[in-house]
Amino acid sequence: MRVAFFITCFNDTLFPEVGQATVRLLERLGHTVDFPLDQTCCGQMHFNTGYQLEIIPLMRHFVRVFDTAEYIVGPSASCVGTIRDYYSRIAEIADDAQLAAEVQHLTPRVFELTEFLTEVLKVADVGAYYPHRVTYHPTCHSLRALHVGDHPIRLLKAVRGLDYVELPRAAECCGFGGTFAIKNADTSIAMLSDKLRCVLDTHAEVCVAADTSCLMHIGGALSRQRAGVRTAHIAEVLASVEE
Amino acid sequence: MASALIPLIPFPEAAKTALADTQLRRNLGKATQTIRAKRAAVVDEMDDWEELREAGRALKDRVLRHLDQYLLQLEESVQRAGGHVHWARDAAEATRIVAEIAKSHDAREVVKVKSLATDEIRLNDGLAAEGIQAIETDLAELIIQLAGEHSSHILVPAIHKNRSEIREIFRRKLADTEDLTDIPADLAAAARRHLRQKFLTTKVAISGANFGVAETGTICVVESEGNGRMCLTLPPVLVTVMGIEKLIPTWQDFEVYMQLLPRSSTGERMNPYTTFWTGVAEGDGPQEFHLILLDNGRTHTLADQIGRQALHCIRCSACLNICPVYERTGGHAYGSVYPGPIGAILTPLLVGVEHAPSLPYASSLCGACYEVCPVKINIPEVLVHLRAEVVRHYQATKGINTYAYAESVVMKMLAYTFADRTRYETAQKLARFGQGPFVSEGKIGNLPGLLSGWSTMRDLRPVPQQSFRDWWRSRNEQ
Repeated sequence: MRVAFFITCFNDTLFPEVGQATVRLLERLGHTVDFPLDQTCCGQMHFNTGYQLEIIPLMRHFVRVFDTAEYIVGPSASCVGTIRDYYSRIAEIADDAQLAAEVQHLTPRVFELTEFLTEVLKVADVGAYYPHRVTYHPTCHSLRALHVGDHPIRLLKAVRGLDYVELPRAAECCGFGGTFAIKNADTSIAMLSDKLRCVLDTHAEVCVAADTSCLMHIGGALSRQRAGVRTAHIAEVLASVEE
Repeated sequence: MASALIPLIPFPEAAKTALADTQLRRNLGKATQTIRAKRAAVVDEMDDWEELREAGRALKDRVLRHLDQYLLQLEESVQRAGGHVHWARDAAEATRIVAEIAKSHDAREVVKVKSLATDEIRLNDGLAAEGIQAIETDLAELIIQLAGEHSSHILVPAIHKNRSEIREIFRRKLADTEDLTDIPADLAAAARRHLRQKFLTTKVAISGANFGVAETGTICVVESEGNGRMCLTLPPVLVTVMGIEKLIPTWQDFEVYMQLLPRSSTGERMNPYTTFWTGVAEGDGPQEFHLILLDNGRTHTLADQIGRQALHCIRCSACLNICPVYERTGGHAYGSVYPGPIGAILTPLLVGVEHAPSLPYASSLCGACYEVCPVKINIPEVLVHLRAEVVRHYQATKGINTYAYAESVVMKMLAYTFADRTRYETAQKLARFGQGPFVSEGKIGNLPGLLSGWSTMRDLRPVPQQSFRDWWRSRNEQ
């Protein structure tokens, strides 16, 4: 299968290893990965913060870049969720019927990575090896926007050597919320503290999720506390093999 | 008189004060976790819950589409059954009507059923200004009234108080309570002694309404304690203040809402007391009934195509109980009678975003509220819609709020940068270069200005030297 890789601006700039892992994983599973270099940003942050007119050029750009791709796969539930849930609304705001038609053509081809693995490729075991004690934080957008359910956990449980520990109060938000973490920093930190306590209670070595942004928030606090627990995107775990 | 809907302090500031109260956080954490689990258990046992939610949504949608007709039908039905109907544009009109009715019966005291609509219009304060004392009879409302506070939850007004705090309030305010313990039964008995006398001697009762049936003119109040039932049946005069969106078309529609509401609100299969009345009946219950139909911003909300779904709300409070923000800050931080996720949309819709600009941002957009809402209000969708209105407001009045203006300039610059590959790649390089002064020992531990909130508890990893696209290009060159 030929996959157009949507890295997301966040991973491209700050967490290139997540993109590299996704490419390694998809290629190992026998697929061809394209990376349209013209891609930039889906506009999630602008949309969620209220800058709806400002996102229109970003969306036009995204639609153009991925115009001909058969499958568009990104390692971020929240970016994919923005495209799926809100791009048609933005086309309405732009009052552009042509754009609306293009969006309608685009959205069914966009997938979050674990969703693509389990629902399109129908893979249950990606053949990974990751000998660590791991807990999984199901991010809000993977759970409640994309409804991926327990698919990511099943993928993790199939990884050889991986010791999976369930996260208490897993479905609760970690407190990131994009600009929420800045605008309501105190409340965000209160939510984060409780999430950290749950992560630490599992005695996991690694906290895994399908969104790097939530992981940056959780990982940033783990680093500050010198907690000895690290974070990893699920792509990094699934891409790992025995050396 | 200050509005009961307009926050005096922006949410982030008010939240900071609330978060510092560790007793409050313990009380709230315990209460919300308990009620969440109860709700989840009774919802899980329903095979057709999703169909019920859809029916609840569709019915309210129909009500809003034909609100004008249904309201006239309700007016006619109530009048036919011997009731009086009044129309109130806002808080002042509604308060004036209630006061006139009370005065026409020489009532200096009125008893009240727990009611959000009357809290919304600050009826108690309005009546007090006319020399009429309103006595709250719901146990939690009574606690709040005696403490001189405002409710912090739409269903459990005193959720932020524990029982020893309640005992102290009763000891200070109620007679014969020197030996009162903090055992719940004793606390309830003390409230009962105080209230029974009032029920039997007061001539006028005031209530809100959970539902009003257009077809029959029947009004419904759902409650747990039975104090509401006393108010609704003992005094000879009953005045009900009902928001115009509380309509349902027919009696049969109760089959949907009577399943949705108790399970979503208190986590019960059925609530203990449900009172229905249709006008007046000779020799049974109140002999004079007044229905006040309250707008107070609702038609303004109805005009908002995305926001109008907030008028579906049946005030169950499931969204408050599930909300990770509400759980930490409590209701007072929202500065409105309507707190939590529903309050974060309903308040700005009722009063205009310019009067509550911080509320649409009081959410991480986690979506838990939408998932539990029994009438499928897409709260995250309305939140981002209202955020766009806030941004439009600030952009139109630039300079009034310097923080908002600075943010707007930055966001416009970022959008311009991200819309083109060359500009985007240049920005990546600049970020790598510009972060220099902030990186120490491989981490960024201190950020300036707008971003300082991030670094109080979180480190940031520096921007790596090679972006993904750099890696991709170098890999394909080999």
